[in-house]
Amino acid sequence: MNSAIELEAARPTGGNLQWGLWWRQVRAILRMEVKKNFWGKRALLIYVFAAIPVLLMFLLTFADEDSAADITRNWNGAQEVFANIFEALILRTMVFFGCAWIFMNLFRGEVVDKSLHYYFLSSLRREVLVAGKYFSGLVTSVILFSLTTAGSLFFLYWARDYPANVNFLFDGPGLGQCLTYLGVTILGCIGYGAVFMFIGLFFRNPIIPALVVYFWEWLNFLLPPVLKKISIIHYLHTLAPVPMNEGPFATVVTATSPWISVPSLLIFTALVLTMAAVKIRRHEISYGSE
Amino acid sequence: MTNGTAEYTGDQLIVFENISKFYGEILGVNRVNLTIAPGITSLVGPNGSGKTTLMNLMTGLIQPSRGTIRVLGVSPDDPQRMFRFMGYCGQFDSFPRGMTGYEFIFSFLLVHGFPKKEAESMAWRAIERVDLVEAAHRKVAGYSKGMRQRIRLAQSIAHDPSVIVLDEPLNGLDPMARDETKRLFRQLAKDGLHLIISSHILHELEEMSDTIVLINNGYILAEGAVGSVREEKMEEHPMQIVIRCDRPAEFASRAFTSDSVVEAQLHEDKHGLFIKTRNADSFYTLLNRMVAEHGFNVETVAPVDDNLNAVYHYLIGSSGGGQA
Repeated sequence: MNSAIELEAARPTGGNLQWGLWWRQVRAILRMEVKKNFWGKRALLIYVFAAIPVLLMFLLTFADEDSAADITRNWNGAQEVFANIFEALILRTMVFFGCAWIFMNLFRGEVVDKSLHYYFLSSLRREVLVAGKYFSGLVTSVILFSLTTAGSLFFLYWARDYPANVNFLFDGPGLGQCLTYLGVTILGCIGYGAVFMFIGLFFRNPIIPALVVYFWEWLNFLLPPVLKKISIIHYLHTLAPVPMNEGPFATVVTATSPWISVPSLLIFTALVLTMAAVKIRRHEISYGSE
Repeated sequence: MTNGTAEYTGDQLIVFENISKFYGEILGVNRVNLTIAPGITSLVGPNGSGKTTLMNLMTGLIQPSRGTIRVLGVSPDDPQRMFRFMGYCGQFDSFPRGMTGYEFIFSFLLVHGFPKKEAESMAWRAIERVDLVEAAHRKVAGYSKGMRQRIRLAQSIAHDPSVIVLDEPLNGLDPMARDETKRLFRQLAKDGLHLIISSHILHELEEMSDTIVLINNGYILAEGAVGSVREEKMEEHPMQIVIRCDRPAEFASRAFTSDSVVEAQLHEDKHGLFIKTRNADSFYTLLNRMVAEHGFNVETVAPVDDNLNAVYHYLIGSSGGGQA
């Protein structure tokens, strides 16, 4: 038997917790999975997908003068247009479906490729596998969709004068808004990622549960206040620097403070990941019946 | 069944205790009690008999419906501990996408938790053992079936396990690679490792195995060394021995003085006969006496069905399974 692992196992690291070993294993999983996520054949679609909002914002820089989206003359209108694009297109569509694709494939893709058993046959706690897979999905989605948000913001500012931009960014609310948009994108990846990884792990056909979540999130604005809070989009919506107008049929609910929204999302994510970690311990490899 | 395991302690054995596995209403294996000692143990049985189910249970890929399994004292529910000393080369001919042979082995050594430098040297050592150094930097997707089999074998032994489970490990290998692989298995067994092998190629298993486990329809039919399993079944299936000698008719009539001889049949060419006996040792004693006392000129004495093939045929073939 080899040495390095044994030594690590024997080393007293606070009871049975072997954080050093687990961290190395998470890094090894990240190394393999991130490479697969970015360079695999399945990645092509996601690149195209992530580029759509950026392309749309680029096209808006050619908008007619005096239209609501004319960035140069109607800055307030342009910001509202961006807020709508951010929430409806980037968050509710790109981040949602992008995370569905990336995170559901973390386990489901391995089952389809019949290669999940290699992880199960490694000297690896299955909980660590869940953590490693989740972080790899998170790294991929955060890089991709932060670039989407950043690229879209770039074209929002691109059409304006340089001094006006500097003024708005550094002497006004601009920089804070940009960082908040990025933060909300990352939180979206964190929350949706956990949900879709769970779905990918435990549903043979993950499309149906993913669609159920999609409609739940989209119809959120119509739900009564109590149900509204049982969703990810509600918290992301309240965190947005310029909230999207949800229309006349939306139920009115008091905005949740960021001090509640952010921890709530993180706690929710931790709970979903814990459920996944508990469930995967009894998970069986049966490619034949998939 | 605990043949030949008395000299070992629990943490040197693989123990199945009353293991059953059902896939819904379909039986995988039922009430398996089995103790496996170091050396080469072969699981023998027709397709669908439960060999792979036993291997998957042992490695934690599936969970038993009932019973407990201990591999050198460790439960398969604790993969972090168990796979430090265990490797499994299963039948799934599939690989993570886009990897070269080297990356495949190296990456999973990192997942085991080995530091990079050590993982590199271990990966190369395993690749050398299966003779794939030249192809190591080629994508696995472009490998032939035999190469894929070898790279999976390399992956399962790369972390120097002391228990190696191999499901049909010789499938797809050319004769030279087969010989090399068998030699590797024998060497590993000589080093005190557990090797649990399933295969359909009975004569190869017989050459290698210290112990065989015959399984059919989810039940263990027999377990032990080939000879001892054959002996157990002597009453039901008397052993056939071919004898080439002069005066075969007289030999036959004298042989019947022993109670153990149940049948004698003259060979077509009149230069020999087949004897069926329920006690081979007592027959061989009688044979010596006959040669000494009556001067028979015996050229050849050879058991016809004292092998795994015959054991398989008697225990499984007749019950409708056998396609080994």
